[in-house]
Amino acid sequence: MGEVIVITSGKGGVGKTTTTANLGTGLALSGKKVVLIDADIGLRNLDLVMGLENRIVYDLVNVVEGVCRIKQALIKDKRYEGLYLLPAAQTRDKNAVTPNQMVKLCDDLREEFDYILVDCPAGIEQGFKNAIAGADRAIVVTTPEVSAVRDADRVIGILEANEIKKPMLLINRVRPEMVKKGDMMSIEDIIDILAIDLIGVVPDDENIIISTNRGEPAVAEGKSLAGQAYRNITRRLMGEEVPLINLAGHDGFLSKMKKLLGFESA
Amino acid sequence: MLELFSKLTRRRTSKDVAKERLKLVLIHDRANVSPQFLEMVKGEIIKVIQNYMEIDEESLDIQLTKTTSEEGEGQVPALIANIPIKSVKNVGR
Repeated sequence: MGEVIVITSGKGGVGKTTTTANLGTGLALSGKKVVLIDADIGLRNLDLVMGLENRIVYDLVNVVEGVCRIKQALIKDKRYEGLYLLPAAQTRDKNAVTPNQMVKLCDDLREEFDYILVDCPAGIEQGFKNAIAGADRAIVVTTPEVSAVRDADRVIGILEANEIKKPMLLINRVRPEMVKKGDMMSIEDIIDILAIDLIGVVPDDENIIISTNRGEPAVAEGKSLAGQAYRNITRRLMGEEVPLINLAGHDGFLSKMKKLLGFESA
Repeated sequence: MLELFSKLTRRRTSKDVAKERLKLVLIHDRANVSPQFLEMVKGEIIKVIQNYMEIDEESLDIQLTKTTSEEGEGQVPALIANIPIKSVKNVGR
């Protein structure tokens, strides 16, 4: 039986879609069978970030309305074995799907997939309620900004009220040099405020923009720091214990030695 | 090290300000209390107290904050009122 994980944030533009794309690809690269559901109806983007925008025939709304079978709507990602995308409808609105239909869809997909990742729309209205309806677990994405943290807090409250216990926190776009200067809230500061468990931290990394431009998730290439961070989060999702990435990285003597000896915990 | 330094020199960094503001606004968010609601409560409290004493309405301060629960269930919201008294009225004495 597969697990349904919703990726949500409250605030828009903090990296939900990028996170969904990278974690999904990461899980597939680890040999899991994964389907990504774009629940952001009307503002579909996961297909574009994944580089699968030219392959859409049917969408999520077609499936729940019975226009086609699930299998017909799933886009198989030819680059990564075991990775599929169920795209959102672009010309419909958030009310085109009901929470019950979403639960049914997730339950059907559970039979066949190890992980079902749901990319949630921003906001806390109907689209959000639909997206979380079938979820077992939730990842709350935030950035170290007051507005994103406040919205994350609100979303955490709603998730818990909807019996999605213990949401996991992903802090995105951290800039270590700003944290050092005291001009950006640190990981500890944000955990202190939101009081939930951390699944990982992703540094602000221009490689994300480059990989999004190309439609190739950063998690699949070796070099970028953000890609490394997403690989670690993928492993944590699968239950492994992985130490937090050293964002400040390459300056200290100790970390240099560690790298030299192959103990790098990145 | 820098963190320690800024603590020692008591320089308030922008992240300290952010954290403080966030904590305050979240108390209100979590308690689901609007500023209008708080104004209503404030108005009622003034009305009752004015029956017994003359107070300084200008410097009256009512806010929601957090306090440790006596049952040890962690932090709970609390209503704190700071009401300066000018004089006590001669009623009911």
